[in-house]
Amino acid sequence: MKLDAKIPEGLLAEKWTNHKFKVNLVNPSNKRKYKILIVGTGLAGASAAAALAELGYNVEAFSYHESPRRAHSIAAQGGINAAKNYPGDGDSIFRLFYDTIKGGDYRSREANVYRLAEVSNNIIDQCVAQGIPFAREYGGLLSNRSFGGAQVSRTFYARGQTGQQLLLGAYSALVRQMNTGKVNFHARTELQDIVVIDGQAKGIITRNLITGKLESHAGDAVVMATGGYGNVFFLSTNAMASNGSAAWRAHKKGALFANPCFTQIHPTCIPVASGSQSKLTLMSESLRNDGRIWVPKKKGDDRAPGNIPEDERDYYLERLYPSFGNLVPRDVASRRAKEMCDMGHGVGATKLAVYLDFEDVIGRNGKNWVADKYGNLFDMYEEITGENPYKTPMRIYPAVHYTMGGLWVDYNLMSSIPGLYVMGEANFSDHGANRLGASALMQGLADGYFVIPYTIADYLSGNAGGFSDTTTSEFIETEKGIQDHIQRMLSIKGSQTVDEIHKKLGLVMWENVGMARNREGLKKAIIEIPKLRKEFWEDVNIPGSSDSMNTELEKAGRLADFLEMGELMARDALEREESCGGHFREEYQTEENEAKRDDKNFTFVSAWEYKGAENEPVVHKEDLVFENVKLTTRSYK
Amino acid sequence: MNVTLKVWRQNNSQSKGSFSIYNVSDVSEEMSFFEMLDMLNESLVRKSEEPIAFDHDCREGICGTCGVFINGRAHGPISGITTCQLHMRRFNDGDTIIIEPWRAKAFPVIKDLIVDRTSLDRVMMSGGYVSVNTGGTPDANAIPVSKVNADEAMDAASCIGCGACVATCKNSSAMLFVSAKVSQYALLPQGMIEKKIRAQNMVDTMDKEGFGNCSNTYACEAECPKEISVSHIARMNREFFKASIS
Repeated sequence: MKLDAKIPEGLLAEKWTNHKFKVNLVNPSNKRKYKILIVGTGLAGASAAAALAELGYNVEAFSYHESPRRAHSIAAQGGINAAKNYPGDGDSIFRLFYDTIKGGDYRSREANVYRLAEVSNNIIDQCVAQGIPFAREYGGLLSNRSFGGAQVSRTFYARGQTGQQLLLGAYSALVRQMNTGKVNFHARTELQDIVVIDGQAKGIITRNLITGKLESHAGDAVVMATGGYGNVFFLSTNAMASNGSAAWRAHKKGALFANPCFTQIHPTCIPVASGSQSKLTLMSESLRNDGRIWVPKKKGDDRAPGNIPEDERDYYLERLYPSFGNLVPRDVASRRAKEMCDMGHGVGATKLAVYLDFEDVIGRNGKNWVADKYGNLFDMYEEITGENPYKTPMRIYPAVHYTMGGLWVDYNLMSSIPGLYVMGEANFSDHGANRLGASALMQGLADGYFVIPYTIADYLSGNAGGFSDTTTSEFIETEKGIQDHIQRMLSIKGSQTVDEIHKKLGLVMWENVGMARNREGLKKAIIEIPKLRKEFWEDVNIPGSSDSMNTELEKAGRLADFLEMGELMARDALEREESCGGHFREEYQTEENEAKRDDKNFTFVSAWEYKGAENEPVVHKEDLVFENVKLTTRSYK
Repeated sequence: MNVTLKVWRQNNSQSKGSFSIYNVSDVSEEMSFFEMLDMLNESLVRKSEEPIAFDHDCREGICGTCGVFINGRAHGPISGITTCQLHMRRFNDGDTIIIEPWRAKAFPVIKDLIVDRTSLDRVMMSGGYVSVNTGGTPDANAIPVSKVNADEAMDAASCIGCGACVATCKNSSAMLFVSAKVSQYALLPQGMIEKKIRAQNMVDTMDKEGFGNCSNTYACEAECPKEISVSHIARMNREFFKASIS
């Protein structure tokens, strides 16, 4: 299979403009003849649904949530990047592009990343026009702060609730279109499979989570914005229901899965407190602007943090990376925290934590200043841990947060199945091997508001439109396959709960496919995961039936897919014999324990093809070509 | 610690519900309230009984999906947090904890503790937006907003749409929810243009959806996990009044 990324010709800065001119358009009065199915209504899905409906297309939008406003985009705290250069500190579209490419450790496409940087400014304009209450200075203009991996202040924010405000903005645009009838929203409706007819995505099968009824929906294109698969680890900062099933089921229908091993471990999360823990909570990266990370110099030091004198503290990020200090990218900060704990410098009851200390900034600017900036995060921390971070440093530890990998898409965001588009975290395209902070919101909205409305027309214009037949054999067979899958799960009636097996999978993934990986561990995971899969299909117990609300059945369906996906992640990690970004292979590191890339042999995207349950998947390679940046060793020293 | 739960169980919107009693032992104080319920649910599943259905997702107090009545209070005994942020250290060994769904005409029960809050979406559909299309907007800094107004708009915009205000109000009024949105936009130049029609349409839809009126008891503000102020209701009333006489 030849992978064609369809990157436009021409100079980097002109590619997107030229492309928008060259793509085919759908004439305004013809747009109403097309129906687009959008699965997932977080930032990317809601913004796309609104933008496409405004243009005149008919949109059917689907979410397993009761409302688009519940999507996990809402939990993003710190901010959204844009190359506005309002502070006048040397930012530009090229610098945002450069920082993002470098931050991703040169494993993403130049053209995609440049486009992202280019439209970043439109996003801020759009959001302000929608009435999103971004933080402002006293003069009435917008305020910026800095984030990891950048030396300029380009992050726009709304307190520690930027994701919430941007999602509610996209939601407001979406409900406006729902009110006009151009968008028909299906609440509590989960995708089960996509329907492919003559090689093109033409529909989906969904399950109504209240009645259990399977439903067929036909359309002229399918757009998936279904988020990431971080919950394969069981414990992550993702919401409880976040899952990879939509992407995985499309993968099994022929969509290639790219760079599945690229997962982001976020450095500043509240550490695990007990075995009954159901999820991990993030403390925004923005805290690293003003908080200082340290551990006691003495191993196993049990003194309270306040009793450890200054000269017995190791501010290890400031020591190792004097120019970026506490604001090194996430992968670096995470790995160093793990290393400190592995060496015996960890703090707290479990010793799996480091301090994030605000004493200096409180002394410098006062408690009120800190409360104004981070108040909600401090309150959240105190409610969970029972400790007051104004008085005692936060304890933090890395946790799974984001998946850079996802379904392979070309420059138009179309997957390897014609007519199936993938946006936001669900695709792989923009973040390479490591995403910079405040770039997820940027990508979700770029894809939804400013990319898909142009690129989808190119595909639709080649189709007559108005496809609506759900009685074809493809629909009937796909629905039957789902019906069988569900009944098979319900009929097992074994002895283990879904969560018990999920926790086992999470442990295998965290130990072998987590922050640091090695050949032996990855091979072990490839043996262990199929065993867990077998355990699931022989021993899971799901009470209740399929014809009513059944939360255990929903979880089981998602776990069944994670049990396949985890294995592909391990395979991908095993084959990528280099370290890059969030993918750290212990065999490939420099003498200073930094990631050692192998540009000669691994400057490509791994795009995996599903070959059936009995066969090993096949990898296809899309070579990454760099014409505008020089591949250098990332240095944040 | 050990606790006794009295939990509302109801099969679906048509069936009649009732309380069931469960004893939960070995609860640790680090557990969140939902992790305690997870533990109970795991034990029910092992006995092939259906687990208690409850809405939850982010478990960090921002998505607004969760919300139950705990001992007669929306989101439980602690002010300023959602149910998912409540931890068991707030309870004592031997406590009896009564757990009920939101109860309001506009929020019919779907199953057990899960209710249907799509009525709030329909209120939003009738005016909870600024009517701008994608693209063609002016440069972001071309619209200056005073920091005071931006901050107050942000206070209002922090509403998570959980519905605690409705559930706790004796009239099942959605005034705090609706006014937070009306107020956010009325404070900003972008939203000011449509402020009258917005207030009117959203209030009309609120009435149509079966939410009650406001009788100024301020219970909503007391139970709001984001501590949204009732002063937004006053602002909405002004906008609504101005709309109805102009």
